[in-house]
Amino acid sequence: MGLYKALLYLFPKSFRLEYADEMRRIFTGRLADAAGNAEVLSLWMETLLDVIPNALMVHLDILRQDLRFTARSLGRAPGFTLTAIVVAALGVGATTAAFSVTDRVLIRPLPFAQPERLVKVWESVPGYSKMEPSPANYRDWLRMTRSFDALGAYTGTSMNLIGGADPMRIQGAAATANLLPILGVPPLLGRLFNQEEEVQGAAGVVVLSYGLWQDSFGGREDVLGQRVRLDEAAYTVIGVMPPQFAFPDRATRIWTPLTFDEDAYQDRNNAYLRVVGRLKNGVTLGQVRAEMALVTGQIEQQHPQENSDHRATVHFLGDEVPHQARLLLLALFGASLCVLMIACTNLASLLIARSLHRRKELAVRTALGAGRERLIRQLITESLALAVCGGLLGVALAASGTPLLAQLAPTNLPLADTSQMDLRVLAFAALITVMTGVAFGVLPALRVSGDGNLKGLREGARGGIGGPRKLRSALVFAEIAISVVLLVSSGLLVRALWRIQQVDPGFRSAGVLTLRTSLSMSRYAPTETRARFYDQVLSEIRALPGVASAAYSSFLPMTMRGGIWPLTFSGRPPNEGEDKASVRFVTPQLFETLGVPLRQGRDVNGLDTRFAPAAAVVSESFARRYWPDNDPIGRIFNVTFQDRIVVGVVGDIRVRGLERTDSEPQVYLPYQQVADGAVPFYAPKDLAIRSSLDSASLLKAVREILRRADPEVPISDVRTLGAIVEAETSPRSAQLRVLGAFALIAILLAGIGIHGLLAFGVSTRLQEIAVRIALGAARGDILRLVVRDGAQLAVAGVAVGAFGAYAAGRGLAALLAGVSPADLPTFMAAAGIVGVMTLLGSLLPALRAVRVNPTAVMRSE
Amino acid sequence: MTHEPLDPRRFLPLPPATFHILLAVAEESRHGYAIIQDVETRTGGAVRLSAGTLYRSIQRMLEDGLIEEVRERPAPELDDERRRYYRISTLGADVARAEATRLTELVSFARAAGLAPERA
Repeated sequence: MGLYKALLYLFPKSFRLEYADEMRRIFTGRLADAAGNAEVLSLWMETLLDVIPNALMVHLDILRQDLRFTARSLGRAPGFTLTAIVVAALGVGATTAAFSVTDRVLIRPLPFAQPERLVKVWESVPGYSKMEPSPANYRDWLRMTRSFDALGAYTGTSMNLIGGADPMRIQGAAATANLLPILGVPPLLGRLFNQEEEVQGAAGVVVLSYGLWQDSFGGREDVLGQRVRLDEAAYTVIGVMPPQFAFPDRATRIWTPLTFDEDAYQDRNNAYLRVVGRLKNGVTLGQVRAEMALVTGQIEQQHPQENSDHRATVHFLGDEVPHQARLLLLALFGASLCVLMIACTNLASLLIARSLHRRKELAVRTALGAGRERLIRQLITESLALAVCGGLLGVALAASGTPLLAQLAPTNLPLADTSQMDLRVLAFAALITVMTGVAFGVLPALRVSGDGNLKGLREGARGGIGGPRKLRSALVFAEIAISVVLLVSSGLLVRALWRIQQVDPGFRSAGVLTLRTSLSMSRYAPTETRARFYDQVLSEIRALPGVASAAYSSFLPMTMRGGIWPLTFSGRPPNEGEDKASVRFVTPQLFETLGVPLRQGRDVNGLDTRFAPAAAVVSESFARRYWPDNDPIGRIFNVTFQDRIVVGVVGDIRVRGLERTDSEPQVYLPYQQVADGAVPFYAPKDLAIRSSLDSASLLKAVREILRRADPEVPISDVRTLGAIVEAETSPRSAQLRVLGAFALIAILLAGIGIHGLLAFGVSTRLQEIAVRIALGAARGDILRLVVRDGAQLAVAGVAVGAFGAYAAGRGLAALLAGVSPADLPTFMAAAGIVGVMTLLGSLLPALRAVRVNPTAVMRSE
Repeated sequence: MTHEPLDPRRFLPLPPATFHILLAVAEESRHGYAIIQDVETRTGGAVRLSAGTLYRSIQRMLEDGLIEEVRERPAPELDDERRRYYRISTLGADVARAEATRLTELVSFARAAGLAPERA
């Protein structure tokens, strides 16, 4: 019997109260009639099949009624309904969008097999924790370690691909045969390369990315076996990877075998590998770190010179996210949670106000026999319905916002795309929607259905609003405080952006078009061949009407931050690690084209050949550093293993980008003064043209000139120098747009909150206001009365929010480019915005209050 | 709150349980267990309403206004005062009638198609 009674708890309470007794009685009768265990058992089966579905149906009936009632009652209050839905949508939308990016970058495991066992292994020396190991050291690691199931290596490549739709320059990775299997993602088509194919001299094979296969090979299955040329060598396509595979990053479009000849193992300083390992089952990060420390110590003993102090850094592959990006995403997610919190407090506040307005209606329903449980249920259904409508709209908002948010995700991660919404994100959105609806529907529902409020019928409109009013004030206060945190954080980032944008890059970017033509080193190994190409192309471009100057350089400023070489000076003790400079090989006219001022001496010129003395142009900081008291012209130093004589001094540029204040001094070397096939990575490939022409027509002419010079040379990275500088700050601009949007939403919501609170306050105090006016209060007094409430909350909110904002600013310090987290103008501006918003929010209620007609109000009571 | 007069056909077709309950309370007021017994007798044991189905239907029929709870009780010697009694409402009678008409029509269609016995 107890069991049957328990079973009846499946029915809603209201139903139980009405019918449970009778149902129990019927059941008892049937139980008494049942003869024998079999019949009793069958009665129980029957009862289960009766109670469970019927209980469910009763719940559904109630839900249907409540929904119908909700639709009617919300339909009667379109202003409230619309506001609540928009508020919920903003909260859910912001949080969902932020979650979709944060989840993919920071939370979700990488899309590889058992990613928790994948680690990255770097070499480390004091001061540098992530250095690339040499093939020789890598081979020793392979031989000496026991913690790994497998250890693989790769290095980034950049090759000219001929055989697809157009000749093109593509990023790739040369990997050892065991690397891709370590990741555990099978190819979509064909196969991966094997150990026979990573031997020097084996026939070339290549695996394509899904994107490259689609773009350049039309997604045809017969691509397998097709021959392509990569930098003049023949390769056979053997496989295509699936679309979500990105390794080491999403820019990588081909994978080729990484081969080492015996020479590669000779020089332990020739370090260029990245190493990924799969840990043996059960091996912890601590264990593998200990083993690597041991192994690298032994290698150091065997090679004390090259491997002095060399150790290893091991971390999970999933922990590659740079500190700044991680901080940014966390800040973003935090900001979105702030928006959600504000939205929720706003919803709660709206619902409380509404339920107070409805006290009479609820009291009538109670009098008609609706139990407390039914009323709460009705109110929660209502808030859930609002939350669900808002949630749907919010997901739509989030979907339109994620591409912007995805720009905040670092691009150097093994993730294919960070901007898609999937079931996981939708489930998250559904969860926060329901939480929003329930949590902030329950509070007002409990409050209003509490006994005190059911006296609504008797008491008229004046009773029992003190408590909810205090609660609502507290909610609005919280909204303001949170908005201040967001406003100040965005403000600090705006100041940081301004500061960075004001940095002088050291060159003039307006009117300069740039592009990259990477020459294939197998055909252009002889320096003279390359020089002929540059001379022909540059002289033809310079002859174009409207072109002021044109030049080639190894890399344009800010596009490549490395290229740092050690320097030595005869007559000075070598100062390893300190004396270094950023080195570029350049053609004449580079300084003119980039607008870098020539301070002293001359530019490189066509006479700086291999038969002339090796020359160098250095930057001002270089000259200042090494010859502070003497004329630098004619001085000699050694770089790229060659003595060079200084022939000119030019202005400094921010090679490492606008944010780095410590760019190395710069050295420019004549393009002809390099041995055949030496330092191919530094062969000039970036073309810059200063002209008064528009980019499109100039580009057309330049393409023709390049095609005449070499029809197979790929043209890539076409952009203006201005765009390169802008790209420096574009991640920041994206951050700002997002945080700014969140701050805007927050302040808007807080405004709605203030407006709602004051409007409600005025409507419940109409009588008081009427009496005051009747007794001769001036309009100003009434105005003060209304605005004072809002102003008090604003002041308190700003004061508390300022503390939070300072804490948030400290947390964001790494992103602030030196702007102080206590930046006074930012705090003043935020406080000003809150002030304006408080005024705006108070405006309508205040106007309503001063327009109160005392006679009309008195009469209506 | 005022209600427009409801069209009985709005409720058609009736769920079988609802129709049986309407028939059971058409002639006299009955309590729940009596309704179950009446339906069982009427159908020769073919239909045996379960308690859950019965009271869920009753709740719905009360809300829809097809039946009413009876305030005046039966003669004291017949009354089981712990029980609630229900009787058909005017709307309920209209609805039952409409359902019967609907069913009759269906049967006549079946008869015309030779799928039902001729009237005796």
